[in-house]
Amino acid sequence: MDKYYTTPEIMKQRIKQFLSKGNRFDGRKTNEFRDIEVELGISKKAEGSCRVRIGKTEVIVGVKMDVGAPYADNPDKGNLMTTAEMLPLSSPRFEAGPPKFPAIELGRVVDRGLRESGFINFEKLCIKEGEKVWTIFVDIYTINDDGNLMDAAGIGAIIALKNSFIPEYDEKTGKVNYGKLTNKKIELSENVPIPITIHKIGENFIVDPTREEEDLSETRVTIGSSKGVISSMQKGEANILTSEEMEKILDMNDKIWNDIFKKIKKFLK
Amino acid sequence: MATKNFKRIDGRAVDEMRQISAKVGIIPNADGSAMWKQGDTIAIAAVYGPKKMHPQHQQDPTTGQLRCNYTLGSFSVAERARPGKNRRSREIDKIIEWALSPVLQIERFVNNVIDVHIHIIQADAGTRCAGINAAALALAHAGIPMKKMVCSVAAGKLDKTLVMDLTKEEEDYKDGEGSTDIPITMTQDGEITHIQLDGKINSKELKEVIEMTKKAGKEIYEIQKKALKEVTE
Repeated sequence: MDKYYTTPEIMKQRIKQFLSKGNRFDGRKTNEFRDIEVELGISKKAEGSCRVRIGKTEVIVGVKMDVGAPYADNPDKGNLMTTAEMLPLSSPRFEAGPPKFPAIELGRVVDRGLRESGFINFEKLCIKEGEKVWTIFVDIYTINDDGNLMDAAGIGAIIALKNSFIPEYDEKTGKVNYGKLTNKKIELSENVPIPITIHKIGENFIVDPTREEEDLSETRVTIGSSKGVISSMQKGEANILTSEEMEKILDMNDKIWNDIFKKIKKFLK
Repeated sequence: MATKNFKRIDGRAVDEMRQISAKVGIIPNADGSAMWKQGDTIAIAAVYGPKKMHPQHQQDPTTGQLRCNYTLGSFSVAERARPGKNRRSREIDKIIEWALSPVLQIERFVNNVIDVHIHIIQADAGTRCAGINAAALALAHAGIPMKKMVCSVAAGKLDKTLVMDLTKEEEDYKDGEGSTDIPITMTQDGEITHIQLDGKINSKELKEVIEMTKKAGKEIYEIQKKALKEVTE
């Protein structure tokens, strides 16, 4: 019952001491992720779903689809809606109630990562121009927060989409036949927009922080990129980055993108 | 009256529950946690506390308090559920509190609150029952003193036949007298802490349902005990 709701000062100092020598508590290098575990099909009711564990951090992501009217400015394109809920069961720090800023940001950053990269072929989600298009709902739930929910959620969203099948749609009645999935997948690009968040702690830059490390983060940059092409970015928290530091972050992203891609590749078929 | 030769859609015997699996200790951050899978219904529960009640004006110096929070995942059902709370989930919160409270020695934790969070990952009827079973395991895992265990199951009646553990498909049964849904929670000794009913049934049949539920409750109790013995963290 003696749970730390914040990381104690003494632990923060030790983490910094370790980092100054390039070390971390769990023995990882600064640019090294924890093990990534993926489980597919965690809800039969979803069009596609998965569980992603990065170390002790765990999220579940599910895809649901529905038919509706397109937006007036994109009459021939489907829609995407991404939401994230930080369930109070996943951390003593999260409270029940309407989504607070971190959950809103989590959903929005993952949404932009998927959208701006052109990962989803929205034209293929059009049923009848100006009248009926598919809407894809990507819903993220946190199960256990031990830092780096952002990357776990983004990776989960990509894997859930890759493993989704479009449900049957009856054009006459205008109803979606849930529970009966066609063998058609959502058309997605080969270029997966993997999000990687790099945190600045003092003079050091790390990826995939644990909860305690994340509490020390002065500022962070989430980069959604695929094979060197950056399509979304978000800098979080109010601290300065020099342009040299920004360059360092970009190099770090380029360097580890492939490592992450290799780890999740087999779930992207 | 229970008719022995009634054919259930999934071929189960009338008093047969779906396949159950349970796991304790699934959420490292929580003081206690558990997963309960019954057929295609999957519930997870986490317990945080006892901890000081906030806001302070809600503290009760005579007893501790139990606070339950049930949420249905948006992709746990066929048609996407809107995330967040609604009237249904608010009522279920209270129902679960009432189902669990009688066995908890919560009066020891004055000014404190115990939070029980339940999330449904996949729904195929009986979600509140699966949630209660998971929550009971999570409370035991958290080391909250309990006088007894509680075991929950959705009993029911399809046309004129009494059955255990309805699926969604059975809940939607339309033939004859249709479907009656009776979620019941009992201690392992058969004391009722929660009962609800939607449908049509006479008191003789309901008495019989309660007897059937006692038997199912014993099976659930054994599975709960086994899961608690297998805890590693």
